[in-house]
Amino acid sequence: MKNLKLNKIRNHDFITYLMVLIAFLIAGILSVTGQMSSLMEGLLVPLCIYVMLAISLNLTVGILGELSLGHAGFMCVGAFSGAFFSKCLDGAIPDGLRFFIALLIGAAVAGMFGILIGIPVLRLKGDYLAIVTLAFGEIIKNLVNVLYIGRDEDGFHFSMKDSISLNLKPEGEVIINGAQGITGTPNDSSFLIGAILIFISLIIILNLIHSRDGRAIMSIRDNRIAAESVGINITKYKLMAFSISAAIAGVAGVLYAHNLSTLTASPKNFGYNMSIMILVFVVLGGIGNIRGSIIAAVILTLLPELLRGLSDYRMLIYAVVLIAMMLFNWSPGAIEWKERMKEQYFSKFPFRKDDKNMKKEVK
Amino acid sequence: MSFISYLINGISLGSIYAIIALGYTMVYGIAKMLNFAHGDVIMVGAYVVFTTVSTLGLPPALGIVLATVACTLLGITIERVAYKPLRNAVSPLAVLITAIGVSYFLQNVALLVFGAGTKSFTSVVPLEALELAGGELVISGVTIVTIITGIIIMVCLTLFVNKSKAGQAMLAVSEDKGAAQLMGINVNGTIALTFAIGSALAAVAGLLLCSAYPSLTPYTGAMPGIKAFVAAVFGGIGSIPGAMIGGILLGIIEILGKAYISSQMADAIVFAVLIVVLLVKPTGILGKNIQEKV
Amino acid sequence: MKKYKKLISFALASSLAVSLLAGCGKAADGGSTSSGGDVFKIGGIGPITGDNAEYGMAVQNAAQLAVDEINAQGGINGYQIEFKFEDDETDAEKAVNAYNTLKDWGMQMLAGTVTSGCCVAVAEKTVADNMFQITPSGSSVDCVKHDNAFRVCFSDPNQGMASAQYIGENGLASKVAVIYNSSDIYSSGIYETFAAEANNQPFTIVSAEAFTADSKTDFSVQLQKAKDAGAELIFLPIYYSEAALILSQSATLNYAPSFFGCDGLDGLLGVENFDTSLAEGVMLLTPFAADAQDELTQNFVKAYKEKFGNTPNQFAADAYDAIYAIKMAAEDAKLTPDMDVSQMCEAMKASIVKITLNGLTGTGMTWEPSGEPNKEPKAVKIVSGAYTSM
Repeated sequence: MKNLKLNKIRNHDFITYLMVLIAFLIAGILSVTGQMSSLMEGLLVPLCIYVMLAISLNLTVGILGELSLGHAGFMCVGAFSGAFFSKCLDGAIPDGLRFFIALLIGAAVAGMFGILIGIPVLRLKGDYLAIVTLAFGEIIKNLVNVLYIGRDEDGFHFSMKDSISLNLKPEGEVIINGAQGITGTPNDSSFLIGAILIFISLIIILNLIHSRDGRAIMSIRDNRIAAESVGINITKYKLMAFSISAAIAGVAGVLYAHNLSTLTASPKNFGYNMSIMILVFVVLGGIGNIRGSIIAAVILTLLPELLRGLSDYRMLIYAVVLIAMMLFNWSPGAIEWKERMKEQYFSKFPFRKDDKNMKKEVK
Repeated sequence: MSFISYLINGISLGSIYAIIALGYTMVYGIAKMLNFAHGDVIMVGAYVVFTTVSTLGLPPALGIVLATVACTLLGITIERVAYKPLRNAVSPLAVLITAIGVSYFLQNVALLVFGAGTKSFTSVVPLEALELAGGELVISGVTIVTIITGIIIMVCLTLFVNKSKAGQAMLAVSEDKGAAQLMGINVNGTIALTFAIGSALAAVAGLLLCSAYPSLTPYTGAMPGIKAFVAAVFGGIGSIPGAMIGGILLGIIEILGKAYISSQMADAIVFAVLIVVLLVKPTGILGKNIQEKV
Repeated sequence: MKKYKKLISFALASSLAVSLLAGCGKAADGGSTSSGGDVFKIGGIGPITGDNAEYGMAVQNAAQLAVDEINAQGGINGYQIEFKFEDDETDAEKAVNAYNTLKDWGMQMLAGTVTSGCCVAVAEKTVADNMFQITPSGSSVDCVKHDNAFRVCFSDPNQGMASAQYIGENGLASKVAVIYNSSDIYSSGIYETFAAEANNQPFTIVSAEAFTADSKTDFSVQLQKAKDAGAELIFLPIYYSEAALILSQSATLNYAPSFFGCDGLDGLLGVENFDTSLAEGVMLLTPFAADAQDELTQNFVKAYKEKFGNTPNQFAADAYDAIYAIKMAAEDAKLTPDMDVSQMCEAMKASIVKITLNGLTGTGMTWEPSGEPNKEPKAVKIVSGAYTSM
């Protein structure tokens, strides 16, 4: 029995991996053979970024069961630390190695912030926690906007005021220039790297979920007091989930920073709006459902682009579609209706029974 | 002297946050949902006043009444169409996301209907500014009206919730929907009433916001909405006096932070104080600390 | 509950597949139109939703107006122009998406983008495709760092420098305060050069206070500090929607310094229902004034008002000039729509530095190979609700 259950779980994950792989292959082949529109080709890296953000936030929201509204903050930290490193060492070491180290740095710095933010998490819950994560995200964005770092022969200069007070020598260069951010980051991100990073994140998260640690994390979600009473170290597991989630978001940030030649922290890309957008991916795809997050992230990133033909009505229709999808996916009425439709039309399919059994066992 | 002046400015700004936060906290307390579209209802209210008073030239009082009616209807419609179907959804996050969808929707409708241009709002508050200490300290009429309105709303809401039958029904619904229904309370009606009151408050907040800071765009409500959410949590979300205190404190912290620490880091300072307060009092200043039962 | 996830996933996945296929379909179209059409395809990018929508819409409208005029007069070298404008929501990533969408449509030249941050990101893509780009209002230094990119507006450092010099040389004040938006590229860019140049000028900056995109409703602290420091003039390197608030709050505080701004302040008088008496005496360095008496401006303002119902601001004027600059350079280069994008770009690059445009934002405008325009900023003062030259 136990073996069977494990197999089912593996099967479930296998479908997720397979789906990503097939999507990657189709997109890759279309892109290489030049069959893809420029828009789609330009969207490939952003899609990877949003998929990573969605699955990493799902770890916090779906698996740990804590609402976070500051995920874009981790992305911001990762993006700026990675881009800063790349900008400093551009040309000094081989590009591939530099980008690899930048990714690691982004992950490490964001992970550290994850632990930092994880500490209040231990005391707060629900909406109070949500507001604290939102606050952290906004603080990070605000601080990055007033951060000035320059470099000349004497080394690095820091300022929180303006680039004049860096007192750089004439030949020195300003690397992070406050609101103007970092410009001229080398363009290293590619769809291949993005896809590899998605795979790595998936492996980390799915394995974590099925490990002893993952079950401990889920037990905290389901009943904190019961988990504590059987001796689960709540502090450790909460911080673990938070920092892993943050680190993956940081990597996505590095990918983001190396995809565009300009990196600024605006309300649009690193503000609470983005955090909420990532949360939308997670909720629409199904809380705790990693595969759902991937699909939702892809659809909601493509949707506004595919609606461009509607010009002025684009964002309006987007909002309507978002509300409609939420109602369709989540309202008990719609769910019941879908159930009936399924019973009526799909009951003959053999895989359905299988699926039912599996779900029971997982529960 | 400048400190007192900053303090007064802080209270002015804070009183606006407070009045928005009252609507926020009211809806949260009963429906247990963060209504992210609240800020945008404010914006709609302000546009209604703008259109009736500045464009059509009708008297301000009529504009205020129309805005209140429009926002109340809007609030009820939003609740019926977008929130009610999700009331019994598996996760409370579902309705949060729909609220965000509604927020985008309202912003984009306003963008299409009223255009993107900034509109300058004519104050609907006829009160003159109060000058103290020989003109050194100026308290604007809007500030006085906002604070008084805020206190009146706070008292009325508290009385309404605690004394009236409908208010008692609200408390019961917020405590336990199922049990309330069994006691013969019309749960749907009560929640709709809550949204109606919350949205009417949003209309009042909208016209005070735009009277104090006379600039109106389709995105005017978004940031004050978030700040008011912060204020409501600060004071203890769900608590009516808490929202008032939270709002005013937030305004004071924002202004004093800008004045004495750094104007560049005003947002960071506000949020840092918030985090510290929540670490000391995890449920906000007046929030109830509910002990988890095993 | 979880049972449906599978069904939903299938539905979502199939819609994904459909959208991918749709994307492919578009590619085929794009490929065929870009080579050998009989119209010029000019694209534009800017925010038409989100916080900066009013600036993007001004550009969209004015560019469309210019295109319609040119088409009515017979087009460029006898060929009509098609113009398409895409939304970027003031986000660099969305701007790149918009650029790619336009490329799929068959864009041959780009009149964009409106905001600086997006412009830098898009400029990186246009240089890779070697597409001619002229930005109406992307003012940061990096916008035109590649040789295929030109701009119509002044650069940020240029404006900061010119403002400081103007204030110093005309002895407008000895104590100056600055209120700027520290989260905005345009504003902080101007402020920095202004502050640097102030050291060479006979005035001192007594207070420099910032605000951010997230706290731009209350300016009482910034004004109070300027008042306490005894500033006689407040320099506002910001856009007019915030400036309108600053002016009204300053009046509430009984504080009446002179105000001095850059081209972002233009449009102040166009804010609907704005009490123009608040703006009395405001000075600004702007290349464009909507109530200038020359025929070109008057015709433009009239046509714009008729079509779109509001007064054009400097963004609109820049966009209008950008389209006419493209027309003039294209005529000089004898461009035909069957040339490919890169050929066009080379020809346009050679021609734009030769032309002299008498536009809305300056007479006798010429361009440097670096991408910067040569034109004189005009200092204007608002007197009884109208601009007057100083």
